[in-house]
Amino acid sequence: MRDRPAPPDAPTPATEGGPVAVTSAMRFVDEFRDRDTARAVAARIAELCEPGRRYGFMEICGGHTHTIYKHGIEDLLPEAVDLVHGPGCPVCVIPMGRVDDAIWIAEQEGVILTSFGDLLRVPGSRGSFLEAKARGCDIRMVYSPLDSLRIARENPDRRVVFMAIGFETTAPSTAVTVLRAAAEGISNFSVLCNHVSIIPALRAILAASDLRVDGFIGPGHVSTVIGCEPYRFIAERHGRPFVVAGFEPLDILQSIQMLLLQLHEGRSEVENQYTRVVSWEGNRKAVRAIEEVMEPRATFEWRGLGWIPDSALQLRKEYAAFDAERAWEVPAARVADPRACQCGEVLRGVIKPWQCRVFGTACTPEAPIGTCMVSSEGACAAYYNFGRFSRPRAAAARRG
Amino acid sequence: MCLGIPGEVVALGDRPGMATVEVGGVRRPVNVMLVEQEGVEPGDWVLIHVGFALARIDEEEARLTLDHLEKMGQAYQDELRALAASRAG
Repeated sequence: MRDRPAPPDAPTPATEGGPVAVTSAMRFVDEFRDRDTARAVAARIAELCEPGRRYGFMEICGGHTHTIYKHGIEDLLPEAVDLVHGPGCPVCVIPMGRVDDAIWIAEQEGVILTSFGDLLRVPGSRGSFLEAKARGCDIRMVYSPLDSLRIARENPDRRVVFMAIGFETTAPSTAVTVLRAAAEGISNFSVLCNHVSIIPALRAILAASDLRVDGFIGPGHVSTVIGCEPYRFIAERHGRPFVVAGFEPLDILQSIQMLLLQLHEGRSEVENQYTRVVSWEGNRKAVRAIEEVMEPRATFEWRGLGWIPDSALQLRKEYAAFDAERAWEVPAARVADPRACQCGEVLRGVIKPWQCRVFGTACTPEAPIGTCMVSSEGACAAYYNFGRFSRPRAAAARRG
Repeated sequence: MCLGIPGEVVALGDRPGMATVEVGGVRRPVNVMLVEQEGVEPGDWVLIHVGFALARIDEEEARLTLDHLEKMGQAYQDELRALAASRAG
């Protein structure tokens, strides 16, 4: 965070469109590895927009949100194209109650709680992991669940609990770690499983009455595991084009072009822009590892989206010995978000980060109120860190 | 946690499913069992998430991804630091 630029000013009316927009677009084009292609794709995007029509595209993955702000993708797009930020940041969708449960476990006698560094500052109702650590809890940041397993091996008289989070990208690694713990007979290792599944979350978003999304920029890493087939219902039953995208700025631009082309031609299909990494069938071995160790939970709470059936994973009965929720009766209290926090609306794409009443004032990356400001892939942190304010400024000017 | 980082396999590990992979100039043990069906050999590039290779990629893709990650700045540096401190094995 030391390298973070100064916080952006509050949105102020500024000269709209015209030379300002062109200058900023050119500046951002310079960051592309292939500037000529980027310019050509941006031009094609503008051509494909039909006059008078507006387009909303949701990028599901937080990594894409990060790229979009970091590289100012929005400044290369016509006004008619609006990017809506989806719920694909696993840190952002963790409800406060689950953070509380993890801290409750960390407070039990002889426990070492391990987790990814991304979770350190996520606020629970009684503070974050960082604050619990300061109070004396033994909470250790790890890079991999395998690090947790090693800590368990090295501390046979302690109980080591791994706070597992993430979509299908990280679930296979937790699954394989549990299999390894079982094979090695490591009995002081367990998992507080918070893994979530992307498809049920997308179903919930598609069912929302306030949905303003004409197509989806699909998550690259999750699709490495689950492949492209599971998205077919979105294209076929909901009539929304779906393009799995890579993480470079040019990947995102090309995906937007592919979505617009589908709409222009009246098609609605699943396409894969990220064939360099993602195969249509995904990584079957990784999916099998998840299925062997985990099963869907009846329901799970997502910050901002509420309770969604079958949207998260828990350990199967066969691996109950490694399930922290079976070892302890965690409080499992439902905790409402702070009243001022509007992460829910941000995560559903209903408001932009800068429209939140505490954005950049009471809620900053140093002292976050909501999860979207904690993770570097959260929409609010991305907006804050990169200070991309040209659109809000333009909107403010229009309103003013 | 969500970053996929490219690494080059430099040696197969002495334990099944493990390999030594060079990532960001550091050699780390990485679990490669989820990409083994594609065959993993020294010189291959893999995309790594939290200590596990999830996909094999070619060298050109690895270079593009590394270039992109380096432009990310802090988030990538944090991930590399965490990885360097990892003792997973």
